[in-house]
Amino acid sequence: MEIVMRQTWAFLFRGYHLTRRYISWVVVFNFYAVVTSATVALIGVAAGDYQLTLTLVVGALLWNYLSWLYQEIAMSIAYERWEGTLEYTFMAPVSRLVHLLGVSLYSLLNAIVTSVIVLLGLMLLTNLNLRGANLFGVFVVLAVSTLAFVGLGLIAAIFPVMSAERGAEATHIFQGSLLLVSGVYYPIEVLPKWLQPLSAISPATYTLSACRKLFGVGNPASTAEHLAGAPLSSVGSELLILALMGAVLMPVGLWIFLRVEEWAKRAGKLKRTG
Amino acid sequence: MQEPAIEVRSLRKSFRKRNGFMKSSRLWAIDDVSFTVAEGETYGLLGPNGSGKSSLIRILSTLLIADSGCVKLLGHSLPAEQERVRQIIGRVSVDAAFYKKLSARENLLYTALLYGQKAKDAEIRALEILERLGLEGTKFSTPLEEMSRGMQQKISIARALVVNPPLLLLDEPTTGLDPKSRRDVQTFLEELRASEGTTILLTTHDMAEAERLCARIGFLAHGKLVAEGTAADLMKHAQADTLDDAFIKLTGEELADEEEVAVEG
Repeated sequence: MEIVMRQTWAFLFRGYHLTRRYISWVVVFNFYAVVTSATVALIGVAAGDYQLTLTLVVGALLWNYLSWLYQEIAMSIAYERWEGTLEYTFMAPVSRLVHLLGVSLYSLLNAIVTSVIVLLGLMLLTNLNLRGANLFGVFVVLAVSTLAFVGLGLIAAIFPVMSAERGAEATHIFQGSLLLVSGVYYPIEVLPKWLQPLSAISPATYTLSACRKLFGVGNPASTAEHLAGAPLSSVGSELLILALMGAVLMPVGLWIFLRVEEWAKRAGKLKRTG
Repeated sequence: MQEPAIEVRSLRKSFRKRNGFMKSSRLWAIDDVSFTVAEGETYGLLGPNGSGKSSLIRILSTLLIADSGCVKLLGHSLPAEQERVRQIIGRVSVDAAFYKKLSARENLLYTALLYGQKAKDAEIRALEILERLGLEGTKFSTPLEEMSRGMQQKISIARALVVNPPLLLLDEPTTGLDPKSRRDVQTFLEELRASEGTTILLTTHDMAEAERLCARIGFLAHGKLVAEGTAADLMKHAQADTLDDAFIKLTGEELADEEEVAVEG
């Protein structure tokens, strides 16, 4: 157990020092995340519609969290391929489960920090008031949906194993598709009919739906001064679906990753790129 | 009879190479190669680029799965026991791949933690290794990107040794190093074998290095092991005055041949 703890710590240790060395880029990415979220949320402010503002704020906030989590996990393999260190990680006596959980844990910390920064930025730029929102409920929903997004990240991480450059492209296409179909900034009903079924298989759809209820979006009792957040019991169906998705996607993601790793070792695809 | 540290029997590995749309051909990187390395022995594999040296090292490193044949490292079969094999091998490749922004300390501690070692113990051992390799302790905190190629390669060797593996796989560890750095590395490998009894499989282009370090040498050409023995045996067998001449006579190739034949090096 002690060895597994040290191995998991290795990924946090690496991530912390890389973040420290690339701190100016981290600042740039966070600045960009705050600005893009604020520019979306300010559309609601301009319309003088607090419900719309809140809808956009919740979308921007959650999308930052979920996409950051997904992207960091999915791209961790691409970063290692570009540095040329993937072979050394794969050669180490660390199980793939511990490897990917270590990467996921660091990505989770990163996603939380970025989300807090975006939230503070939005509060500063949009006079956002969260009084009355069920923040505990939001925390629970995010915790449960994290498992599903880690699973999606693991599945997407196979692309850079298959091809360093094309793989990174594929992870972004996948991420963009989730943004399109999950109703991040608009109701799913405005999507073309043929696209709408895809929203049902995106965990972000249920996360957003649940969190909007918990923030009090769409509740006529919500005002700019006081939100009327729903109780956690009102999002039971979303929580159940998210928990099921996490329970399926995490082991499936790991299983697919292991199969692709074996394929890459047979085809000789693990060599350094970049 | 003692089991060999490395046992390779009838090993074959091929890669598909695309030849236009929907067309591909099969290239044999390793073609029916067999050899053994005794515990504590340094065995050299010599061959031009594309001869299959790196593919062989990568199979032994669990990074590549062979098409057929048998590979055993200290009695553990590949790929079946790859988890166990990973605990007993260290590898140095020709390109020193690191997190270039991180310091030598951070890179080495990351590796030690991955192998489940205590950071403090690993730090002491890493500093000892770097000192023996002729690297100043002050370089420990320097980012890799600020180091010369020679220094980076020494850190690469330290990375392989910081986990104290009984089996070391060295893929052209001195290629591109200046003469002083090359000598430092060679001296260190000799000391390592004498003090720790480490088994070393070394691939190189450098005949002098092979003669100096290796108890036995195998000549690899087009994925085949065409001859093996001590340097003296090989020269005698080829009726050559130098190992270089012996290589040319026995393989029909020059080591300076830069043509990439296989998809894998």
